[in-house]
Amino acid sequence: MVANVTLTIDGIRITVPKGSTVLEAAEKAGIFIPTFCHDPELSKPGACRICVVEIPGMRNLPASCVTEAMEGMVVYSASPAVIEARKTNLELLLANHPEDCLTCNKNGDCRLQEYAYYYGVKYGAFKGEKHRYPLEDDNPFIVRDMNKCILCGKCVRMCEEVQGNNVLNFAFRGFNALVTPAMNSKYSDTEISNCVFCGNCISVCPVGALSEKDMLGKARRWEVKKVTTTCPYCGVGCQFDLNVKDNKVLGVTSTDGDVNGRALCVKGRFGYGFIHHPDRLTTPLIKKDGKFVEATWTEAIKLVAEKLGDIKAKDGPDAIGILSSARVTNEENYLMNKLARAVIGTNNIDHCARL
Amino acid sequence: MKNLDQVRLKYQEQYKQKLGKNRIVVGLGTCGIAAGGDKVMQNVKEEVAARGLDVEIDFTSCIGMCYREPMVEIALAGAPSVIYGDIFADKVEKLIESHIVNKTPVYEWAVIQIPGEATPYEGIDIMEKSAYYEKQVRSVTSRLGRTNPESIIDYIATGGYEGIEKALQVERPAIIDEIKKSGLRGRGGGGFPTGTKWQFVYDARGDKKYAVCNADEGDPGAFMDRSVLEGDPHSVLEGMMIAGYAIGADEGYIYCRAEYPLAIRRLNLAIAQAEEHGLLGDNILDSGFSFRIKIKAGAGAFVCGEETALLNSIEGLRGMPRVRPPFPANKGLWQKPTVLNNVETYANVPFIIRYGGDWYADMGTEMSKGSKVFCLTGKVNNTGLMEVPMGITLRDIIFSIGGGIQDGKKFKAVQSGGPSGGCIPAEHLDTSIDYDSLTALGAIMGSGGLVVMDETTCMVDVAKFFLNFTQLESCGKCTPCREGTKRMLEILQRICDGKGEMEDIDTLDRLCRVIKNTALCGLGQTCPNPIATTLRYFRSEYEAHIIDKRCPAGVCSALLVYTILANKCTGCGACVRSCPAGAITGEKKGPHAIDTDKCIKCGACIQKCKFDAIIKA
Ligand SMILES: Cc1cc2nc3c(=O)[nH]c(=O)nc-3n(C[C@H](O)[C@H](O)[C@H](O)COP(=O)(O)O)c2cc1C
Ligand code: SF4
Ligand code: SF4
Ligand code: SF4
Ligand code: SF4
Ligand code: SF4
Ligand code: SF4
Ligand code: FES
Repeated sequence: MVANVTLTIDGIRITVPKGSTVLEAAEKAGIFIPTFCHDPELSKPGACRICVVEIPGMRNLPASCVTEAMEGMVVYSASPAVIEARKTNLELLLANHPEDCLTCNKNGDCRLQEYAYYYGVKYGAFKGEKHRYPLEDDNPFIVRDMNKCILCGKCVRMCEEVQGNNVLNFAFRGFNALVTPAMNSKYSDTEISNCVFCGNCISVCPVGALSEKDMLGKARRWEVKKVTTTCPYCGVGCQFDLNVKDNKVLGVTSTDGDVNGRALCVKGRFGYGFIHHPDRLTTPLIKKDGKFVEATWTEAIKLVAEKLGDIKAKDGPDAIGILSSARVTNEENYLMNKLARAVIGTNNIDHCARL
Repeated sequence: MKNLDQVRLKYQEQYKQKLGKNRIVVGLGTCGIAAGGDKVMQNVKEEVAARGLDVEIDFTSCIGMCYREPMVEIALAGAPSVIYGDIFADKVEKLIESHIVNKTPVYEWAVIQIPGEATPYEGIDIMEKSAYYEKQVRSVTSRLGRTNPESIIDYIATGGYEGIEKALQVERPAIIDEIKKSGLRGRGGGGFPTGTKWQFVYDARGDKKYAVCNADEGDPGAFMDRSVLEGDPHSVLEGMMIAGYAIGADEGYIYCRAEYPLAIRRLNLAIAQAEEHGLLGDNILDSGFSFRIKIKAGAGAFVCGEETALLNSIEGLRGMPRVRPPFPANKGLWQKPTVLNNVETYANVPFIIRYGGDWYADMGTEMSKGSKVFCLTGKVNNTGLMEVPMGITLRDIIFSIGGGIQDGKKFKAVQSGGPSGGCIPAEHLDTSIDYDSLTALGAIMGSGGLVVMDETTCMVDVAKFFLNFTQLESCGKCTPCREGTKRMLEILQRICDGKGEMEDIDTLDRLCRVIKNTALCGLGQTCPNPIATTLRYFRSEYEAHIIDKRCPAGVCSALLVYTILANKCTGCGACVRSCPAGAITGEKKGPHAIDTDKCIKCGACIQKCKFDAIIKA
């Protein structure tokens, strides 16, 4: 049996399993505490300090995401000292942040923006130096704008702990601290960076520092309809969200898939270009006199059925083999399998992702 | 169990023989070498060889009077040891001729003498009664400047490794009790009770434990740990061995900054010697206890002195602090229970085990026992290393030991604890030096750096200096420290440039509070102290910069106005010729004047004027 502890947060008594953090207890009690660097799936660095709370008897203002909930603990999540601290730390982040919400792709889904709004914090509380890093957009998939990075380190941990690629880490000190691949290289220097462009780092970035290149400028967050589906490319069967606007797929973002969580690979996340590709066939083609000419579906299906029937009659069903595509949906692959086994009568059916 | 009795008797005999000869000992700590000690040593050797003298030539480390290096000690057999100061290479010949050949000390170069059993020379201060040493104690520093730090013979002959011998004969908890009884608190800055810390690690479950020594010493102006490592490396090893035995560790690491090459060399030598003597390695003295020590050279980041960043660094990770808890006592190096102590803390341990916890607790105050090593630097006459009993006053340190302020100027403040500490003003000079009194003043004991400031120091400038340091050294992990130090530094810079506004003081106040309250590690939590204390004790100086656009100490160049006093100016014209900006005009033999719009505040004219007619304010 798991032991429980009971604590009081803002006057609300809440019981949680021993070993829970104050943040988890607050979430359970329905009390809002902002977080930047915390992610339930990743290790806990306690770095951003936006989640601080006041706990009488404890030194300073502890970070709730890394403070264990204790029996009888009394927590204030919104005392004047806490609010002052959160506002000041937000002001400090904004003081070194581009004032770019208007054209930023993260607008509407950005934690920094959301908390700034919640606490009424504006740009410009501190004047002084700002970073001016060049935009990194020299690879086909991911755009990095380190001027927007708040150094929460989630991308570092996602890449290390989930993806296992260890591309990123902190470099330099103090105000010049920077999240970067080894030797201050770029993602595109794959020899050094080891990046495989899975884009899993994007999925955890709380601000607009990491973006899917092809989605930039295509839609505001609230215009996008997310359609959860399953990746057709391989047997892992990752789930993700198609981002759809005006009946067009703009891109893919992570969802919380049963098998994959938020993790995807480069194909699943970025290999959707075929969907609206102009070279895609829209009608069947039949070769006549060495040339493909357009045909109707009835024509085409009739032709295939005839030819397959002939072969089956002459050489038996096992003379036929079917190789299906990973780019069609699983439902379609299922039907292909039925066609092979039930209609034609052969077990010669395979799928390219098994290769 | 084996003991060291035979070895010790032999080494004591050898040590006695060495002391019984005519001797020349050159101070070769980093301070001695920096002042030219190597050249002095070379000249001593040449001179002795050329004259065919029968003298034992030896070297030692820093005795503490860094301001008198290079130092040379000369003793004739049966006569007092005389320690000379400022012995640059060209003085060696005369010194040897007089003291060794003619048997007459060179009185005007002598700093102190140590008579031992001999009759003292007239006219040379006896060490314990000299101004510098009278109020000091020499316990953890007792071998510094007195023995050869590269000789295990000297160490063992002077009681070295008696502590570990004694420790191995008792149960492990008894050692921890002895340390608790001594009242020893961590000398690395935090002041955590050492015995209690050892108890935590002893109690922590684990198949493998470590003892780690923090020799990072990153505070600007601090060199206590370096002096101990260079002057008595075996004492640190012995302290770590005792800790290792007490908590059940079989491996130790010394994390020493790479900028201390001499300390690292002497530590390596000491480790090799201890291994040869069976004092490090497997089954030490047949006791069943095994212990090894490795050295990890750190790359000199201040934050790597923070214990969890230090552990990360040893593990090969980036030197960034971890959240605590878990504390190193439970999850330290490679997640194993680890005791982590400062150099000076460890160096105290063999003495406590040898003489007992009660002996140690006799020194000091109720809550701060024993002695503490300080480094006195800044605008004080005698800069150097000193060991004082806890509870001594700042006044004693600065005015008795330190010999007061340079050039007869007025004392203004002393910064205790480096960038994590605070500025203490004159009205608190009689504060007792102990952990709690210093904390009450907004400063901290820190690791023992004391920087003295006089009336020509601008306190806003001082705060700026320390903030510049912490801003550069912040690891960048957490928001308040990474972003906040930068903004505080910018505000201080604006104030020094005469562009400050009164709201800036409130903003500084708020940033100090929020950074202290929310930063992840000690670096961030304490970095506001220099600002908070200067605001508390020298607020008017901030206001002078902001409201009157004036730097009272005359330091902040943007705020200085150069003017010529008409009643003093003779119209010699020297300033006119020195001014690169062509800002000075005036009739020959008549009073001159400076055009403040043209003046670039270079200060050239002040230096040229023979009549003190030009002032900056
Ligand atoms: C930023 C920072 C720098 C530190 N630097 C040192 C140091 O250089 N040497 C040291 O012994 N302790 C340093 N400390 C303190 C250590 O974290 C730790 O408390 C100490 O080494 C424990 O040993 P002690 O109990 O023997 O003092 C530092 C702490 C902080 C926060
Ligand atoms: S990252 Fe967030 S706060 Fe920054 S510009 Fe984009 S939307 Fe605005
Ligand atoms: S794209 Fe994937 S491999 Fe590349 S940095 Fe991001 S998480 Fe790591
Ligand atoms: S890029 Fe995004 S996820 Fe990575 S550290 Fe910066 S803000 Fe955090
Ligand atoms: S192709 Fe990639 S994203 Fe798609 S299911 Fe396989 S692993 Fe997942
Ligand atoms: S307080 Fe400063 S040094 Fe410490 S973890 Fe935070 S950023 Fe790093
Ligand atoms: S301070 Fe320099 S520039 Fe100004 S008047 Fe004197 S010499 Fe000229
Ligand atoms: S969310 Fe707790 S410190 Fe970042």
